[in-house]
Amino acid sequence: MDNVTLARATMGTSLAFHIVFAVLGVGMPLLMSVAEAIGLRRGDRFWLALARRWSKAFGLIFAIGAVSGTVLTFELGLLWPGFMGFSGSIIGLPFSAEGFAFFIEAIFVGIYLYGWDRLRPLAHWLSSIPIVISGAASSLFVVMTNAWMNSPAGFQLVNGRITHVDPLAAALNPSTPTEDLHMLVSAYVVTGFAVAAVYAAGFLRGHGDALHRRALPLAMLMAVLAAGLAGITGDASARFVAGNQPIKFAAQEAQFQTQPGAPLHIGGIPLPSQRKTILAVEIPHLLSWLLTFRTDATVRGLDAFPPSLWPNIPVVRWSFESMSFLGILLGLLSLLYWYLAIRRRAPPLFPRLLSALVVAGPAAVLAMEAGWFDTEFGRQPWIIYNLMPTAAAATSASALGPTFIVFILIYVALGATLVWLLLAFAARERARQAAPATAARPRSA
Amino acid sequence: MTLATAVAGLLWLAISAYAVLGGADFGGGFWDLLAGGPRRQRQRDAIAGAMGPVWEANNVWMIFGMVVCFTAFPAVFATLGRLLYVPFTIVLIGIVLRGAAFAFRAHGREAVGEVPVWGPIFGAASILAPAFLGAAAAAIATGRVSPHIHGGVPGWLTPIAIDLGLLAVSLCAYLAATYLMVETEADPELQADFRRRALAAAIVSGALAVLALILAYAQWPALWDRLSGQGLPLLLLALVNGPIALIAVLTTHPRIARLAVAGQMLFVLWAWAVGQWPYILPPDYTLSNSAGPDVTLRGLLIIVAFGMVILLPSLFLLFRIFKGRNSAEPEPDSFTLSSRLTTPSS
Repeated sequence: MDNVTLARATMGTSLAFHIVFAVLGVGMPLLMSVAEAIGLRRGDRFWLALARRWSKAFGLIFAIGAVSGTVLTFELGLLWPGFMGFSGSIIGLPFSAEGFAFFIEAIFVGIYLYGWDRLRPLAHWLSSIPIVISGAASSLFVVMTNAWMNSPAGFQLVNGRITHVDPLAAALNPSTPTEDLHMLVSAYVVTGFAVAAVYAAGFLRGHGDALHRRALPLAMLMAVLAAGLAGITGDASARFVAGNQPIKFAAQEAQFQTQPGAPLHIGGIPLPSQRKTILAVEIPHLLSWLLTFRTDATVRGLDAFPPSLWPNIPVVRWSFESMSFLGILLGLLSLLYWYLAIRRRAPPLFPRLLSALVVAGPAAVLAMEAGWFDTEFGRQPWIIYNLMPTAAAATSASALGPTFIVFILIYVALGATLVWLLLAFAARERARQAAPATAARPRSA
Repeated sequence: MTLATAVAGLLWLAISAYAVLGGADFGGGFWDLLAGGPRRQRQRDAIAGAMGPVWEANNVWMIFGMVVCFTAFPAVFATLGRLLYVPFTIVLIGIVLRGAAFAFRAHGREAVGEVPVWGPIFGAASILAPAFLGAAAAAIATGRVSPHIHGGVPGWLTPIAIDLGLLAVSLCAYLAATYLMVETEADPELQADFRRRALAAAIVSGALAVLALILAYAQWPALWDRLSGQGLPLLLLALVNGPIALIAVLTTHPRIARLAVAGQMLFVLWAWAVGQWPYILPPDYTLSNSAGPDVTLRGLLIIVAFGMVILLPSLFLLFRIFKGRNSAEPEPDSFTLSSRLTTPSS
């Protein structure tokens, strides 16, 4: 493999690994904070126990997120020196702000995790608030830089030199509103469904107890609210991409022909060499209508652009389809859950629904990963859209092959170990709970 | 003072904070690996207790430094990434394995008990990272990180780079040992263990530092000129401070020792930085020819000013809760959440 492919593979693997921990780092603090607040307000030890249990799992997840985030910071320079040398002074400021946000998060995670025995209850709960805020802020700041790669702004190029740098305009580039918000709410979607999956599995295996009866509805509340917002922001994103990156949009929709009254393709296999999409269900005029609310509007297809500027169309198409399809299913599932819960005035614990929720956890992670595949593959062949080709940004260092393999091995080891520890931790908590209550009473009254 | 100089000062402050805080965490890993004698387990517990709440925050200083570097001096960041790919990748692997092994051990103990592989990985990775950081620093200081230099031994594998890599490891170990002397004030036996370790690290560090000066004098006249020119006052401070630290360790004054060893680290770093000013990456990049536009530098300083307003009180809180004089005494149990948490039985 050449350097560009290796650099992309290494960076992509690192991002795909890190993002799972990053979104849990954004979403879990909110769940813990709410659970602890309810526990303190109602004097309910189960809610408090839930918050504490989550904080232990979170300690592991946050640490892996922090080290994999460190990897990414290094890799920006190690893999993409051409990109960083060009754009560092334009988009560095949101990164700096993200650095501070992450710093605050790391500090209060330390206080929160190690403070259960040292702080008074209200002080301990208060220490969760900065984690919630800075986690969300980190996500907003760091996605700004990705948005800038999609719609570079805030500078001028004069004879190949950068002038008139405006860091604020770069941070608040045209892609920022839609991309930032969509990523942030998606973090809560993933967290909600991931946590719900754990407790749905517990119910299915007969471990349902007071903690499960509290955890599942709280997680599903986050899931349903966030899934709705993800739908709205996702729709706004797609509309924005249609104007900003028409090639990416056409690839997402598998639309090869420029035509008025374009149909919406559902499923199907795009064949770039034959310039057509086969086996798709076509709904006439719907794509035009979705984009403009007019059934006869013209939609630019891939044929409006030279093939040298096309991304890998099947990858972009299937990533987009997976994200949309899974996202819609997840939204419907969360609505069904709450419809049943409200009608029954109790958590619906039908085995089939619980099984669906167990699957929904990984499905939400998959949807988010697919969204990033869509964003990143869809921008190719550019690293900075319409400005710097990805190939021009990669390093010329010669050891990329071995380091790629090393990092794959590290990620596999970290992922497997983390899953093992979390499962062991859950089993131990269950065992402790099953033990006689007297054995677990606190030392003091 | 130009904006670029101000931002470079900021960059060096971040590196300094990382050296005295993150450096001590690397040293903790070193002593974890070398824990021995009848109090082996207590030594390890003291190290884990000292690092647990703070190591992730300490690690952010490095990320912060990198972000300042690529925002303010993007060409320098790109050149470092290109030409120091191998040592920085090894540093990175060290940092990842160190953090992961520490977290797995600290948070996984409750679930799976002791797993014998965490310790060696944590220790070995804690040595790898500072060693290659030191070697990379030597490559920069000796002016060997330049696209115009072809052939020869890579800058991070020269004799002085190897020496400085080892010095970085031993300084981290020295620093950690004095920090741990403070942490173990309530346990004289354990404190004596760390005092002996601090002495050993002090002797090794002193020898490696003298060797570094000899090598600089003999092989790297440009570096020697910078250290004995602009860098001289700081270098002299380091030379005077060294014995003070040693005496403080010998006479068991842990707080003075901690301060003096941290000072030693800082004097060395700043002697290097001041010595090579206005170069940031000799021989190609000075502060002025590699700095980004003023508007970015100004924006960065503004963000840092605002950020510090939130960050410094937060850091103060963190260290006050876990590192204050009486931090070893948790709140009386009835006041904390733990007391309210009976393990649910229904």
